[in-house]
This record gives sequence, structure tokens and C-alpha cells, in this order.
Amino acid sequence: MAVIATAIPVLPGSAHGRVLRLAQPISFWGGVDPHTGTITDAQSEASGADIAGRVLCLPATRGSSSSSAVLLELLHRRNAPVAIVLGEIDAILGLGIIVAREMGWPTIPLLTLPAAAIAALPQDVPVTIRENGEIAVEDESGG
Amino acid sequence: MPLDLTETERAMLARAEGAAAGTALRIVVETAAMLGAKRLIEIASVHVDGCLYHGDSGTLFVEKLVEDRGAVRVPTTLNVGALDLACGAPVRLAPHEKEMARRMMQAYQRLGCTPSFTCAPYQAGHRPARGQDVAWGESNAVVFCNSVLGARTNRYGDYLDIAAALCGRAPQVGLHLPENRRAALAVDLSALPARLMEEDVFYPILGSWLGREVGSAVPCLTGLPADVATEDRLKALGAAAASSGAVGLFHIAGVTPEASTLEEATQGTPPERTIHLSAAMLDAARRKLSTRDLAPDAPIQAVALGSPHFSLAECRSFLALAKGRHARIPVYICTGRHVVARLEELGLRSELEACGVTIVADTCIVVTPMLPDGHGTLITNSGKFAHYTLPNTGWDAVYGSLGDCVETAVTGRFSRDDSLWL
Repeated sequence: MAVIATAIPVLPGSAHGRVLRLAQPISFWGGVDPHTGTITDAQSEASGADIAGRVLCLPATRGSSSSSAVLLELLHRRNAPVAIVLGEIDAILGLGIIVAREMGWPTIPLLTLPAAAIAALPQDVPVTIRENGEIAVEDESGG
Repeated sequence: MPLDLTETERAMLARAEGAAAGTALRIVVETAAMLGAKRLIEIASVHVDGCLYHGDSGTLFVEKLVEDRGAVRVPTTLNVGALDLACGAPVRLAPHEKEMARRMMQAYQRLGCTPSFTCAPYQAGHRPARGQDVAWGESNAVVFCNSVLGARTNRYGDYLDIAAALCGRAPQVGLHLPENRRAALAVDLSALPARLMEEDVFYPILGSWLGREVGSAVPCLTGLPADVATEDRLKALGAAAASSGAVGLFHIAGVTPEASTLEEATQGTPPERTIHLSAAMLDAARRKLSTRDLAPDAPIQAVALGSPHFSLAECRSFLALAKGRHARIPVYICTGRHVVARLEELGLRSELEACGVTIVADTCIVVTPMLPDGHGTLITNSGKFAHYTLPNTGWDAVYGSLGDCVETAVTGRFSRDDSLWL
């Protein structure tokens, strides 16, 4: 395994999944189907893509006070990303994860990483997120 | 834990005051840590935005708090739900969703929340004092609370609001801190024609422009005469600014409580930037409030009013313009049960219904499926409806004054007086 980036674990945890990297911010409320995890925002470059099971990486979110409710619903339905890496902290999104933990539902790590480093993450490649915030790839796909 | 907690707070975390209060404080503490707060503050009241159904998870969470014997520690009002429990206006949700939405609205009441179900709690008797720290959700309520009442709140996300109510605490960050309430930029309105500022239609347009221009910065407007700045106009301005941008606080020199002068609003240091607003800039913002171009007399399918929820005065203005004429297309007036009760006392509910108005209480047409199925175009005088109608309902919206909305309602054809802008 090769560490390709070290993010700040805001809500630490480990995870493994393929990177889904967005260049533009999305809003969870109104931009993501809370049942399925499909990106419904017609203006997003990833419109129609599925965030469920992915390591979702994006420079920022378009803040909505209901993004916590949408992420909680995705976690409840097991259709959430396996980890979220943001360029800047969105505490309301993190709130959805905290409430899921209080409910005894599966939770996911939330990390922050500078937007430039997010832009360098390899699209679609499987990565491992570690408790300490390290993002690692298998050596052969690490380049 | 990096947060500096009091003895009472540590005891509450250890569930000395029950499981629900412990859960609530844990949620507040963790959010505070994410936000980089150093301590918590005690809050005087809460307005909960989290009672709108987005899926079963929210209902299950609130019912868990009820099961754990949660009780709000401060006066707490509720924002809109997904159903009209007060007037029974029909909502096109499937039976399971309806049941879960109803359970959610009921569970919040069992926690001790007031069943206000309005996005204008500040017109339903919930008016914190200037300088008080509160925890409010719903962007228009937040901006009104900060700007017009001078109380202090951040925009609280779903479930942090009820958590704050159950433990009486919130993170000490953002607009709770006086230095973050300083106006960083000034917007000079003095070049605008006075007759524009005397029209209700001006305020959502101004708000919509402001939100796009300043994002989440704190602006101070100058040059608006105090006598034209009525509460309903400030409500419309704030709601539009908080939907086109992320404005949580604005000042108006000589009008709002923290801005007797521009200098007070900027806390003694000159603003970093001053924007001189022209009528042409506003007219461009006005055009952006319609999601399609509509020719005069084109058929139109509905009229949507009341975002934020209509006040009694706004209902009276509608009646004065309608003059007893009957609408040819559906007209929705969204309001709170506090207004419905007054309308009934005054005999005005039946007058509105005689004009063909559907009164929608406890909810509104962009947060739950109420418009006829399929696609259509509606006219609205609300900057917030203009912003959310297309993404939330698939309908197009055109923006006009209340008078334009009434004339369109009675003919069923698009009618708008653009003479103010020529």
C-alpha cells in the first residue's frame, strides 16, 4: 500500500472503496436522492452517478440545513458513501453521521483535505481510508 | 475533549439528566468540536427546522428521543412539516410517507415543542430579545431573528436544533460572537428611485440580488427610508437573500437594531467594500426570479403565495386587491395556524375561500407535493418560492407583485405591470 494523501480525520474511521471525485460542489438536500444515493442535481458533472459505497471526494458542499437529514437517511438505508472527503468542513453534513451513531446505525469517516489535493485523487481507483486520515492505494495502481 | 465544559454539562453528558439530554448534549458537543468552538453557550429558545419529513430515519430519531424521555428545556417552536394538519389541504404523499410524516410532527410535540408549524415563528409570538442567544433553524427565520430582532443565532442544521433544545446549549461560534456580526460591506441604495422602495415587489428582488452578490458575508444597506421598511417587507427581503445566497444577517442603517448608523454596523471600521446599487442591477435580478419567459396573456396554471408564511396583513392585502372576484386557477396561500385562527375570528377565511383560495397551513407547496401532478407554470410574489419552485416541484415560476398575482388569478392568464421598471 502507498499513502497518496493524508487528510484530517474530522470524524475518524476506516473505509475502503472506489473514489468518486467531483470537481464542483453539490448540495445533499435537493441534489442527492436520499433513498438511493443517486446524484439528481442536473447541473452536477456527475448527475446520475451513485454515491452509495463510494469514497466521495469534493472540494465543498453547497450548504443546506437539511443535508444532515439526507445523509442520515442514506446511512439508515445503507446507501451512503463509505467515506466523505471534503475540501472544507461541513458541520451539518457531519451532524448526519453523529446522529446515525447515536441511533446505532453504521457510520462513516468524514475527512478534510485541501481542494488541490482532492483534485489529485485518482478517479474510480479503490482506496483505503485509515483512522489516522491516511488515504492509501494498492502499489500497482498507485502509479 | 478539547471543549471547555462546565460541571453541569459534564454531568448531563454522564446522563445525570436522562438519556435524551445526554444524547442531545453529545450531538451538540461533537458539532461544536467540528466547528472549532471553545465552549458552549446557554440558549433562550429554539426554532426547529427538522420536523419536515425526508425519510423514515428522521422520524425514528425523534421517536427515540421521546422514548428516552426527552423534554425541551427552553421554549421551542416548530417549522413546517410535510402535512397540513390544521386545514387539511391535500398532499400527494404515499400512505407510508404520510404516516411517518405525521408521526414525526407528533413526536416533536411530545418533546414539548409548540405545534406552530410555521416558517414565520417570529410572527407567531416567538420573538427573542435583542442580544439573546438562541438556536434557530430555517434560513428565513434565522436571517429575520438576527437582522430584524437582533437576537443571535447561526443557521442550525436538522437535528442540531432539537438537540440544542433538549440540552439548552449550542456551540459558541459564528453569529453568537459580536465581532462576527460586523458588516464587512456596505450597499448604497441612494441612487434608486424612491417610488421603487415604496412597493412590496421591490423587497424580494433586493434580497435576491443581495444573496447572489454577498453570499454569506454580512452587509449593511444604506439609503432606505425607515418609514418604508415594514416588518413584512424585511421578512420578504431576508427570505430571498437567504435562498439566493447564504445571508444569515443583514443590517439596514437607521432601521435594524444593530445599525443605528452604518458606523455602528461596521463596528467603527470602514467597510471593506461599498456597492452602489442601480435600478438596472435590480432589474437584472428581477428577471432572474422567473424561470421562464412568458408572453402577456399566456395561460398560467397556479398562483403560489406565502413564503415565508403569509401574515394577517398580507392576507388582507390579497382580499383588498381581489375585491371579491373569483380565481380561475388554483391559488395557494401558505400560512401558519396562528394566522388561520385570526382569519376565522375575523370572518376572513370564508372570504378568501369565496375567492377560490386554497389555504395551506403547517406546510407549503415547495416542501411537500401539493401542486397538481405534472408540469405547469405558477406566478408568485415570493423570492423564495421563485427560487425553489423549479428544483423542488418541477414547475416553472414567474415572479410578479401581489397585484400581478391577483390579476393573473382572476383571468387565468399572465398579467404583469412592468411599468415600474421601464
